[in-house]
Amino acid sequence: MCGIVGLFLKDKALEPQLGALLSDMLITMTDRGPDSAGIAIYGDLEQGRAKLTVQSATPETAFAGLAAALGEAGIASTVTVKSTHAVIDIPATDMEAARAFVAARGLRIMGAGESVEIYKEVGLPKDVVARFDIRSMGGRHGIGHTRMATELAVTTLGAHPFSTGADQCLVHNGSLSNHNNLRRTLVKQGMTFETQNDSEVAAAYLTAEMAAGKDLGEALEGALDDLDGFFTFVVGTKSGFGVVRDPIACKPAVMAETDQYIAFGSEYRALVNLPGIETARVWEPEPATVYFWDHEKAAA
Amino acid sequence: MPTFDLASSSLRDFNSALHTIAEGDNDTAFEVVNPRGSHALAVGIDKPVTVDVRGSVGYYCAGMNDGGTVTVHGSAGPGVAENMMKGTVTIEGDASQYAGATGRGGLLVIKGNAASRCGISMKGINIVVHGSIGHMSAFMAQSGNLVVLGDAGDALGDSLYEARLFVRGSVKSLGADCIEKEMRPEHLELLADLLAKAGADAKPEEFKRYGSARTLYNFNIDNADAY
Repeated sequence: MCGIVGLFLKDKALEPQLGALLSDMLITMTDRGPDSAGIAIYGDLEQGRAKLTVQSATPETAFAGLAAALGEAGIASTVTVKSTHAVIDIPATDMEAARAFVAARGLRIMGAGESVEIYKEVGLPKDVVARFDIRSMGGRHGIGHTRMATELAVTTLGAHPFSTGADQCLVHNGSLSNHNNLRRTLVKQGMTFETQNDSEVAAAYLTAEMAAGKDLGEALEGALDDLDGFFTFVVGTKSGFGVVRDPIACKPAVMAETDQYIAFGSEYRALVNLPGIETARVWEPEPATVYFWDHEKAAA
Repeated sequence: MPTFDLASSSLRDFNSALHTIAEGDNDTAFEVVNPRGSHALAVGIDKPVTVDVRGSVGYYCAGMNDGGTVTVHGSAGPGVAENMMKGTVTIEGDASQYAGATGRGGLLVIKGNAASRCGISMKGINIVVHGSIGHMSAFMAQSGNLVVLGDAGDALGDSLYEARLFVRGSVKSLGADCIEKEMRPEHLELLADLLAKAGADAKPEEFKRYGSARTLYNFNIDNADAY
């Protein structure tokens, strides 16, 4: 089944509440999937800075002295540890070096970019959001997922959101049937994969399409032709948020829009605590139709 | 009139109250406030009760209705009025996929739009949609009437049996074995009655009728290669 949520804020006054609003939305979707949960939060951009979110099963030892070790490697960083995750704030120019450094230390990379922080673990949404103190986080937009595993193991790396490119991530409700073939094609194009999961292939497909010059909307249009299977996707990028459903559209989706936000939920229940939902425009996204919103374009 | 506030009382208590109504009871009109997208609200009604739901509901609202009158003053999630036997279910807003699926009787009125698979495998229910319906609606529909004031999506009436489909607007495409049929006086009469019952402001003459070409009913040796 799986439950997915997303929230794109138009009103800056709501930004401090993004983490709290998304947490409540995701917890409401718990009975759509109890295996693992994850949230991606897109926070403020700071010129020239980037963030790397890493995970370890042994955070006490793995994160001890991490900032100092990075410093010795010539990377000035601020490391913020939250439970099994650490967010490493670095100069944007050091991203590749930092990625190589943490990978060599055996840390798992959850996500990277100028804006995104990704937190995901095995367990129920209420426990995952508490462990990472998601409620206290502000941001401009975010997406979340609670998983009922149908493809492969219940592990941290198998949890959504999947991030395969800078500031890009995807959550998926459904199952793909041509992911093995597509993964082989993408590997030939130079993409790397952490898992055998179908949803990671969808994320990597979009990353590859956007790397080739498409915007998120165009990449999602391509997904309708190139991905076979059932899907409702919610996708985040540095500046935006997109939604697409396969042409059969078995997997549920509800959206709501007010002057303050655009919200997505697998069910209407996920949206009932949002401010002004009583008077929001509420609709079901059409099958095989791409929806996306962009802060930069919204401001223009 | 008993009012159930689902912000403070349980869904199960409300559904139980509907099921314990006895013949001759006075309080047969119920109001539900704060439904907050709840699933399986007002399912299994088997007495002529009236339920007014103030807000939007989740999956399977008014499923298996057997004689109740349920009005949702909001929108409904997937499977609303699934397998209705008799009674009336009215959705003031929109309905998600497979509204009225497998229904055997009664009337389902959707004042807004219905999503995909509306009336799938319907077996005698009447469905009137004031707006438009999505793809694969009335798939394998066996009997009953589906009336759509707006447009229909792809593959309307695929593998249709004997249900009658009436559409006022455009049909994006017809499914296998579904064809447009002549509108005869008895159909206009039937349509006028359904439109009146559903409070729909439309003239029967504005609709087209679609039904089964009946070419899939029997095995055709010429199709053997296709299997």
